[in-house]
Amino acid sequence: MRLTGWWLLILPALLLVLFFYVAPIVQVLAISISEPEPGFGNYERLLTSEGVQRVILTTLRICLITTFLALLLGYGIAYAITLASPRARGFWMLAVLVPLWISVLVRAFAWVTLLRRQGLVNNTLMQAGVITEPLPLVWNEFGILVGMVHYMVPFAVLPMLASMREIDPRLLAAARGLGAARAQVFRQVFLPLSMPGVIAAGVLVFIFSLGFYITPAILGGGKTLMVAEWISLQILDLIRWGLGTMMATVLVLAILLTLLVFSRVVDLRRMFGTGG
Amino acid sequence: MHGTHGAGPFGRGLAWVTALYLVLPILIVLPVALTDQRFLSLPKEGLSLQHFHTVLTSAEWLGSIWQSFTIALAATALSVVAGTLCAIGCWRISRRATDLVRLLMLLPLIIPSIVYAIGLYRYFGPLGLLDRFLGVVIAHGVTGIPYVVITVSTALAAFDPRLEQAARGMGASLTQTLRWVILPRIAPGIFSGAIFAFIHSWDELVMVLFIASRDVFTLPRRIWDGINENLDPAMAAVAVLLILFTLLLLLADRALRRRSESA
Repeated sequence: MRLTGWWLLILPALLLVLFFYVAPIVQVLAISISEPEPGFGNYERLLTSEGVQRVILTTLRICLITTFLALLLGYGIAYAITLASPRARGFWMLAVLVPLWISVLVRAFAWVTLLRRQGLVNNTLMQAGVITEPLPLVWNEFGILVGMVHYMVPFAVLPMLASMREIDPRLLAAARGLGAARAQVFRQVFLPLSMPGVIAAGVLVFIFSLGFYITPAILGGGKTLMVAEWISLQILDLIRWGLGTMMATVLVLAILLTLLVFSRVVDLRRMFGTGG
Repeated sequence: MHGTHGAGPFGRGLAWVTALYLVLPILIVLPVALTDQRFLSLPKEGLSLQHFHTVLTSAEWLGSIWQSFTIALAATALSVVAGTLCAIGCWRISRRATDLVRLLMLLPLIIPSIVYAIGLYRYFGPLGLLDRFLGVVIAHGVTGIPYVVITVSTALAAFDPRLEQAARGMGASLTQTLRWVILPRIAPGIFSGAIFAFIHSWDELVMVLFIASRDVFTLPRRIWDGINENLDPAMAAVAVLLILFTLLLLLADRALRRRSESA
């Protein structure tokens, strides 16, 4: 078989991923049903513990709001890019791609600088006499949302842009020619045709948000706990491996389930651009 | 598409608001880094480079920068070798047969790093890889593979498989075909993948929080401690340096792509 040689090329990556990626994760899943004692005791907490339920609800709420806002803002930019002249297009793309590659820590730091009590926003508003007391803009749910949406918008733009670019511009011109107003062209032609991209972007942003750690941890100030931070708290501070890994398992299942539900609409491979 | 149907005032307004929201907050760290004050603020009397000086003469910051850099280099090498070979193998063997492999390679992009991090914490213990250079390199290298697989697969999609068959038909061995026919053609894709894998490792924090503590103390780890403990203008200076470094890498990527397109 001449193919054997080609399979050998796959082997190093396959072994690395199996031994150093899949195995540690399988171990996480196993700990959730073996510690502190074998059984599904940890999973019972999903039904009985108010703390566990509160963390899950908070996470879902923040993720849904983040997804909605990232889609809304991202749609605006993707729409402008699609309809822009080639030169303007380059400028808009820069606004999307540069933040995408700037360190998540740098971005969280920038938001803290802006939003904290003595931060630039509060100071400016106080000096202008708009407010007398600093507004609580960070270390709460509001701060988390500002930072998360900021992080997620570029991820929302890319799939939407890919699907908008496939819309035939002649359709829009034809609709205009037939007497449709701009708003009508958008509502009746552009918007429906761009929906697959919107759904793909929504799923992507939602699953990224679910397990997001750094931004919520820095901008949440430890009071508004999302799932990822809760897991790290259980394991690093409270040494409750069973509970921590239980939540990690629930997190992975939630993500896989979301992907499964939307697998007809969302082509994962296309979404990540493997060109398949 | 321009000229026939442009975005309306509402659409364009929304796009502007979003662009400003994305870019402005990041730019704010520059004036803060240049402040003449001792605390996090805008410059009052004049601009000062003292905070850059603080960072660039601090053994701790420099040590972390160096550690992050060497870890990222080693991890990138791991990702690039494994990811490139894997992408080529998957491309040559039929799509069906390698579907599962491709899916496995994408897992690190889908599964949150917190889940992987707690798994590694337990997994690396018995292997003696906790708080070790090698441990962090493996963790970053493995999770960097998807970026390389994606960019190399994209490059391969534009490559005519008949060239490979011709080379083999004329008696070239697998190694020769790789070395002389395939690799030169997809080099730009490999470089792109390398840059992304490098940035991935360079910025990675969540895994490091779990599998490193004292001996391995990367730059993101130090920034994390800085944000949580002492917010001072030196942090802003570090942020500015990081932004410049990222822009440099992106420019390099862009230049490489442009060169390969014109070639």
